[in-house]
Amino acid sequence: MGRVAKIARRTFLIGSAAIAGGVAFGVYAVKKDPDNPLSADLSDGSATFNPWVLVDSEKMTLITPHGDKGQGVMSSQAALIAEELDIEFGQFETSFGKPSPAYWNRAFAEEGVPFMATDHGFTAETMRSIMGGVVKLLGVQGTGGSTSMADSFDKLRTAGATARETLKLAASQKSGVPVGQLKTANGAVQLPDGTELKYTELASLAATIEPVKDVKLRDESQWRLIGKSMERLDIIDKSTGTLPYGIDISVEGMLHATVCVNPKKGGSLNGFDASEAKQMRGVKDVIEITDGVAVVADNTWRAFNAMRTISFDWGNATIPPEQEEHWATLSDSFKEELLDSTWRDDGDAEEAFKEGASFSAEYRSPYVAHAPLEPLNAIVLVTDDQVEVWTGHQLQRQLQVLVAAITGHEQDQVILHNQFMGGSFGHRLEFEHVKQAAEIANKMRGTPIKMTYSREEDFAHDFPRHISMGRGQGMVKDGKVTAIDLSLAAPSVMASQGGRANLPFPGPDSQLAAGAWNNPYNIDTYRMTAYRAPELAPTSSWRAVGAPAAGFFFDSLLDELIHEAGADPMEERIRLMGHDVSRKVLETAAELSNWGSDLGPNRGRGVAFVESFGVPVAEVVEVTNTDSGIKIDKVWCVCDVGTIVDPINFENLVQGGVVFGLGHAINSEITYSDGKADQSNYHMHEAMRMYQCPDIIVKGLENGTKIRGIGEPPVPPAAPALANAIFAATGTRLREMPFNKFIDFV
Amino acid sequence: MKLTVNGNTEEVNVEPDMPLLWVLRDELGITGVKYGCGIAQCGACTVHVDGVAVRSCQMRVGDLDGEVTTIEGLGSAEKLHIVQEAWIEHQVAQCGYCQSGQIMQAASFLEFNDDPTDEEIDTAMSANLCRCGTYPRIRTAIKTAAKNIREA
Ligand code: FES
Ligand code: FES
Repeated sequence: MGRVAKIARRTFLIGSAAIAGGVAFGVYAVKKDPDNPLSADLSDGSATFNPWVLVDSEKMTLITPHGDKGQGVMSSQAALIAEELDIEFGQFETSFGKPSPAYWNRAFAEEGVPFMATDHGFTAETMRSIMGGVVKLLGVQGTGGSTSMADSFDKLRTAGATARETLKLAASQKSGVPVGQLKTANGAVQLPDGTELKYTELASLAATIEPVKDVKLRDESQWRLIGKSMERLDIIDKSTGTLPYGIDISVEGMLHATVCVNPKKGGSLNGFDASEAKQMRGVKDVIEITDGVAVVADNTWRAFNAMRTISFDWGNATIPPEQEEHWATLSDSFKEELLDSTWRDDGDAEEAFKEGASFSAEYRSPYVAHAPLEPLNAIVLVTDDQVEVWTGHQLQRQLQVLVAAITGHEQDQVILHNQFMGGSFGHRLEFEHVKQAAEIANKMRGTPIKMTYSREEDFAHDFPRHISMGRGQGMVKDGKVTAIDLSLAAPSVMASQGGRANLPFPGPDSQLAAGAWNNPYNIDTYRMTAYRAPELAPTSSWRAVGAPAAGFFFDSLLDELIHEAGADPMEERIRLMGHDVSRKVLETAAELSNWGSDLGPNRGRGVAFVESFGVPVAEVVEVTNTDSGIKIDKVWCVCDVGTIVDPINFENLVQGGVVFGLGHAINSEITYSDGKADQSNYHMHEAMRMYQCPDIIVKGLENGTKIRGIGEPPVPPAAPALANAIFAATGTRLREMPFNKFIDFV
Repeated sequence: MKLTVNGNTEEVNVEPDMPLLWVLRDELGITGVKYGCGIAQCGACTVHVDGVAVRSCQMRVGDLDGEVTTIEGLGSAEKLHIVQEAWIEHQVAQCGYCQSGQIMQAASFLEFNDDPTDEEIDTAMSANLCRCGTYPRIRTAIKTAAKNIREA
């Protein structure tokens, strides 16, 4: 970009998903790789070359440690290994593996540093590398922040390549043919005379050889799998109802449980009467747990039903009970002592605004639930020697720590069988449901307990996306935007989440401001300030975390300024853009959507650009103002992730991200009354259904230099693009989500 | 109480007001049918009763009158139903949790209308939520399945 952003670097220990806390570490500790967890229970004749590849005489198993919550990373991780290992889909099995520090997420560090993703300068890169050391040393394994591909891309290809080269060494020893004359394909080493030695046949010999370390990765031109559409490994099972999710798992002797925790957030349980419940058919026990009650029965429905008969005496909420107080708290938080950070301060804002602003406005973004379709659940079996857990989770090692703290075991005695997840959107970064299952199971040692939330319980305790309030002003001159100044106030989602995860979270929260400070525009004056409001309702990362709120504020404000200036929304964004890759994204969106063409009466078109997780994304939305409300006709989404691993899956995820962003912007929020969430099920928090779903045209570009993930970045621009389109069609400016509070939709 | 599921006769000893969903899942271990909301808002629990799509979370097992088909009975990896083939061709699923219900809904709908308009598809499918947002691909897969049914 044309100018290095000036950023207040109050501390280096700054994070979003990153985890820090004054850890001292030496170069040696960081350089040393954690032990290979596959070596621990390796059977005779089996070979493992690294933590991701296991070969025995029967089969090949690839470990895909990033959790799969629908984004298809089980398949994509396997594809990266298979690419270099020269094995084909259908020739191997996959496993999510055991939690292990070996699976530390090296991309977590990227988002945790206070530098723009477009900043590849010395300081930025050095900080990324230092943060990487911290994450490695702490062995933080996890899935989130759209990091799976960034973390895996080189690492898993290298895992495939080192395994391949070691198998070639084994083949050379066995055949006497020099390694240089050996080739690999289809899960076998090929000798010059055409003989094939299957990897499985070579396993026992390979197990005796020190794995090859230094390998050169293949050039892009030689890729067989990457960049080509693949049939996802789980697609047949997911289309035939045969893929088991956590909620479908059955363990011998298992009982079914459900819980009800004080719906008044943070409140305690003063007492309860379960006399009727205890008499009901199939009910085995009613147990008090932290701030609530569990019913254990022989069937989930019987547990749900019995729970409904229990009367509770709940303590008061520890959060402000009424929603209006939450907004009032934010409104009062724009003050110096609550400054979290001035994330960007290009130009001279004081000078630019000394005679007042040409324009100012306030924006709001509500609490929103994750509500993945599979309600949270976990099976836990506690015995004196160990704890087994079956659930789908994104922070595997932290789960072990928190369960062990309940049952009194060591972390290593907690065995997690990670499962496919029926969605997450951030919900499965949380631990409460697993802790509750562990509490019950710990009281009923020897009996596996499957704890399933009712949908109502899931809504009541869905740590939602944080609320946020933005105040913006700007200057326009000679038909151009010359200054933009956005402040926002919000509670820190990372602090709230980190508190529950037992992960300290020092320093400013980069996610408060994500999507607002980091857009690579070159505006004469560009200031972005975040104030940290006191914690209100406990919140959690919601797909794209900070950017759905802050990106909505920033891009809406920019759009309003462009209209004030009388400029064209697309042309002015392109003019202001200071980053080539991002400019190309905007230009491509303009071209594909035929920007500027006549739409006819009652129609409008809006564009938004938000960069999140290092991915520049532009969306163009077209709407019609019909008699029965706004109809969203068509959306174009253009983004650049550097390298697209699987084009079909990529398109699906982008479309899904757009649907997620639009649907919640239209109609979804969580509000609190008497400290309780008002919304209890999907009819009150619907998001998008098919009849509202527009055509969505996706274009992925590959001009960026680093590979990035696509799970989250399509979400943030959706809401502002829609608001901008509605303004173009109707003249009504929407500054608060959900929009259906102010305008009707078809 | 006896019921027929996927062609098999099953004997269960349950309260008549237990929803079919939980009889299938917890009593018979048939887990392709999913719990999502319990109040007819999501469609994840959709099964067929005599070929017609119903929400199994709303169907008291005591009121059941007809043969039940779940996604497992619709087709299998070895013998895919035409709708499942289309779902695989277009790689519809993300998390996949809603897809049993989506496929059961689509299969029942296409039995009655194998040449649907876009509006008819939207109307038939809008009670099935997909939190991952696979709607564009569901639409395409339904059109492919309809075409394949017409040409079969
Ligand atoms: S579980 Fe039956 S419609 Fe949602
Ligand atoms: S694919 Fe996840 S809910 Fe539909």
